[in-house]
Amino acid sequence: MRLSLTVNGAVRAAEARDGESLLTFLREELALPGSKNACEQGECGSCSVMLDDALVCSCLVLAAACVDKRVETVEALSAAAGAGAPGLHPIQQAFLDAGAVQCGFCTPGFIVAANALLARNPEPCDVEIREALSGNICRCTGYGKILEAVHAAATGRRP
Amino acid sequence: MKVDVARDLEGALALLAADPTADVLNGGTDLMVEINFGRRRPEAVVAIDRVGELRDVSLNGTVRLGAGVTFTTILERDCGSTALREAARTVGSPQIRNAATIGGNVATSSPAGDSLPVLAALDATVHLRSARGARAVPFAEFMTGPKKNVRAADELVTALEWNEAGPAQVFMKVGTRNAMVISVAGLALVADRARKRIGVGLGSCGPTILRAPEAEAFAAGLFEEHSWGPFAASEVACAEFGSKVAAAARPIDDVRGTAAYRRHVLAVMGARALARVARTA
Repeated sequence: MRLSLTVNGAVRAAEARDGESLLTFLREELALPGSKNACEQGECGSCSVMLDDALVCSCLVLAAACVDKRVETVEALSAAAGAGAPGLHPIQQAFLDAGAVQCGFCTPGFIVAANALLARNPEPCDVEIREALSGNICRCTGYGKILEAVHAAATGRRP
Repeated sequence: MKVDVARDLEGALALLAADPTADVLNGGTDLMVEINFGRRRPEAVVAIDRVGELRDVSLNGTVRLGAGVTFTTILERDCGSTALREAARTVGSPQIRNAATIGGNVATSSPAGDSLPVLAALDATVHLRSARGARAVPFAEFMTGPKKNVRAADELVTALEWNEAGPAQVFMKVGTRNAMVISVAGLALVADRARKRIGVGLGSCGPTILRAPEAEAFAAGLFEEHSWGPFAASEVACAEFGSKVAAAARPIDDVRGTAAYRRHVLAVMGARALARVARTA
């Protein structure tokens, strides 16, 4: 089924396979591999994207039902990078600086979820960060450094 | 797989009338898991997430919640039940709550659906529409088994409705962590002081959402003794209520817990729920 939608500000069209999730559509049809595929049941948050301004698991979205919707992936954040290393969004830089990345597989989902949090709550406390990131699983870091990174990104300073 | 995106309620009903075998897709948090894991391959899907009529919330003594209202909305704005808000808080994660809807919870009819014990305790009504007409089914008669209900293939769950029951209500849930957890046991207790009515709903403790009539009658007696005003329930009364709640369960042993554990936590939650609700004005 031919599908057209807005991804990271540009109208994109491609063929969606039968029953294909938005996640695999983004990765395989639109060559945007930033969103990661792990659990395919909404448990891990690695595939988090913004869909019409709401944070969702793209693995639980049927691509073919997304006609004319707006999607923003982690790739949009690096493209919109300001300060920090070239191509890195301040939240990504904060994750790097804090050592909030180990294997890195979960990181894009955390970055998208953290960005969604900071967009509506610029100065979240620990509890609010934990709640906002409760749908994202990291099996390496133990979360402490991730909390530090989000605090650092919020205050705009380096940890 | 034929995918149709409905733009309004009439359109959605026409699509389902034309092909009643189609699966209804709202937030996708249940159906997409089935599709991703190859457990279901629908020939046709009708997406109803853009149907604005299904997102209406009206509070006017009677609460009417559109089936397309998400759990994030229930968490963030007044949707006419504090217990329902507490239940919404325990649904999945922010990502899941942004997509998942109360109508989806009802239509999927999992015994572990977090909003369902609350709807049972509130004596809610399920509104259904099809191209053939509309009907209203009491929640107690809606669900008939695990993931089974009386919805006809061409019908949509359009709204949930109940009488505003006041602040003396609570939802509790036991699970293995604070987020992303399927309920091991859930309990809703509603004490509608104005109508002199007690409702108890049990989740994940039977093939359907169960009520606990003996526990309800016992609690109603206690509230009656206190002229349906707030009071401090004694430990003995709370324990008695808890054991009556547990006795109403028909739990099984499964991957999430044993039947014995479920009865145990129902008794504990029942006692705590009564203590909290009794003192809430």
